[in-house]
Amino acid sequence: MTSPLLEVRDLVVEFPRRRGGPLRALDGVSLEIGAGEILGVVGESGAGKSLTGAAVIGLLEPPGRIAAGEVRLAGERIDALPPAVLRRIRGRRIGAIFQDPLTSLNPLYTVGRQLVETIRAHLPLDAAQARDRAIALLRETGIPAPEARIDHYPHQFSGGMRQRVVIALALAAEPQLIIADEPTTALDVSVQAQVIGLLQRLSRQHGAAVLLITHDMGVIAEACDRVAVMYAGRVVEVGPVAAVIHAPSHPYTAGLMGAIPPMDGERERLQQIDGQMPRLDAIPSGCAFHPRCPRAFGRCRQERPELMEAGATQASCWLVQEAPSA
Amino acid sequence: MSAPMPALVEVRELAKRFDVSTPWLERVLGGRPRQIVHAVDGVSFDIARGETLALVGESGCGKSTVARLLVGLHAPSAGTIRFDGQDLVAELASPRAAALRRRLQMIFQDPYASLNPRWRVHDIVAEPLLEQGLEPDAQARRERVGGLLRAVRLDAADADKYPHQFSGGQRQRISIARALASAPEFLVCDEPTSALDVSVQAQVLNLMRDLQRERGLSYLFISHNLAVVRHVSDRVGVMYLGRLVELAPKRALFAQPRHPYTRMLLDAIPDLHLSGRARTPVQGEVPNPLAPPSGCGFHPRCPLANARCRAERPLLREDGEGVRVACHAVEEGRHTP
Repeated sequence: MTSPLLEVRDLVVEFPRRRGGPLRALDGVSLEIGAGEILGVVGESGAGKSLTGAAVIGLLEPPGRIAAGEVRLAGERIDALPPAVLRRIRGRRIGAIFQDPLTSLNPLYTVGRQLVETIRAHLPLDAAQARDRAIALLRETGIPAPEARIDHYPHQFSGGMRQRVVIALALAAEPQLIIADEPTTALDVSVQAQVIGLLQRLSRQHGAAVLLITHDMGVIAEACDRVAVMYAGRVVEVGPVAAVIHAPSHPYTAGLMGAIPPMDGERERLQQIDGQMPRLDAIPSGCAFHPRCPRAFGRCRQERPELMEAGATQASCWLVQEAPSA
Repeated sequence: MSAPMPALVEVRELAKRFDVSTPWLERVLGGRPRQIVHAVDGVSFDIARGETLALVGESGCGKSTVARLLVGLHAPSAGTIRFDGQDLVAELASPRAAALRRRLQMIFQDPYASLNPRWRVHDIVAEPLLEQGLEPDAQARRERVGGLLRAVRLDAADADKYPHQFSGGQRQRISIARALASAPEFLVCDEPTSALDVSVQAQVLNLMRDLQRERGLSYLFISHNLAVVRHVSDRVGVMYLGRLVELAPKRALFAQPRHPYTRMLLDAIPDLHLSGRARTPVQGEVPNPLAPPSGCGFHPRCPLANARCRAERPLLREDGEGVRVACHAVEEGRHTP
């Protein structure tokens, strides 16, 4: 890969507490995404995937804060910028798409007004040009009859159409990076497939880097080029989608895959991972997954593994060193 | 399973209409008509003893309304529900209601909303026992609750904790323990794992399957997730705009989906195995249920629709063994299998 568009290095996010030390919600997360690439971030509730997205775009809810590490957009550090500067970058160079399209749109304004406002805030266009661009964006995201729909209010759109409007808004200023946090979770399967297709097409055509956050392995398989699997605030495995899905090296990734009811053929029982993700104030020593891991051994309880080469992927698991031929 | 025993649950031409009109004054002043949603519109199916029937469909297709009708949380607008030969609606209105009610129970989607946060787990699970007068003795009740918690793979000592001390998956087990308290034969499960992470979902699905074996339970399983449905069900009903469009044994449905909507749903499932199988791109969205299309509700999205589909509503008819489909194109052989 040439120099990545987004580069996250050893990111640590902490939440201070009244008593005791701060809670560490992200603990040394590193990611990179190239232009035109879709990186998936997958994990279960509490793994820190949404927090990663929020930290990258500087939208951490206080008192959460970046305690260490850095975020670079096209080589430039953006994690330590003053809020006003970061805000301009966020609108101009980073677009965000969230789970619930209704909360991302202002119900009192027509979608056209919201689009035009966003476009004119970031691009040097007059009102008429901005409106033309807004119509073009709506057309590009697959909204039928955009010339008429542009003057409708959000409540006049269905869920899937609203999410397209949100995507059009995110694209308004031609961002280099799009952060999509569970963009299809609130949608029905048939609409989900359409929205995934749209994201893929846009990233190819505009060369935008996409960080796609989801809990749904199916969406990852469908949409992404590479995927990072998170557990308890850390990336436990990262690699090309096919390798992570078909030949996972980390027992957590393997367990996640086994827990999904298969669509081809049948299985008497689903593979289950007993227990649950640890709470932030009780992260186990060593590898955070060891209490649930069927293959844990002595070293896992004491020493924390970092990401290491494991065949076609990178995994943070001591088993990789134990059995290099796996 | 195909013994000539009468079905445990028999649903015939079930319908539920909701009046969603604006308030009377607004309607009169604005000259607006009444607005009625046909949430469930003429649905018929059977559930055999020990069987799991799954209902799938997208939001607004009426699957959750069917679930609520079957446990008496809504009164049907038309049609009948027979449970073990008795008329469910009449029976629940009679003095014998309690005897019937303990035989059917429901598990809800959101384990955070369905458990009272101020009650201890013991009181939550024991409530049906108290309510139904099944176990008046406090000591025996405690033991029963302990047994129920162990049955859902929790610890008997968990009875003294509060719901907030449990994770989502554990809470859903508490809901299951509560549902099992009155030793029901029939459980209606409305999206029981949709709020759970996959690894926890697997725990709950495995548990539900074990309990079905151990206790001979029958399930109505409502879900939008076809992969989950494929794992848990014996037969599957596909709903669209309040109607059943296909009802078939699981294997037949997944091996050879007949209705164009069923095919579209199956095609829309993200492909985990990157097999690159040929897929028809999905068209459009579910129409507004307040103004459903004429004829077949699916015709605006259907690649096979013709004039008859726009005018005439198709009825469920046999198409192969145990398979029933409501589609003119299938009936006329216009589709290519």
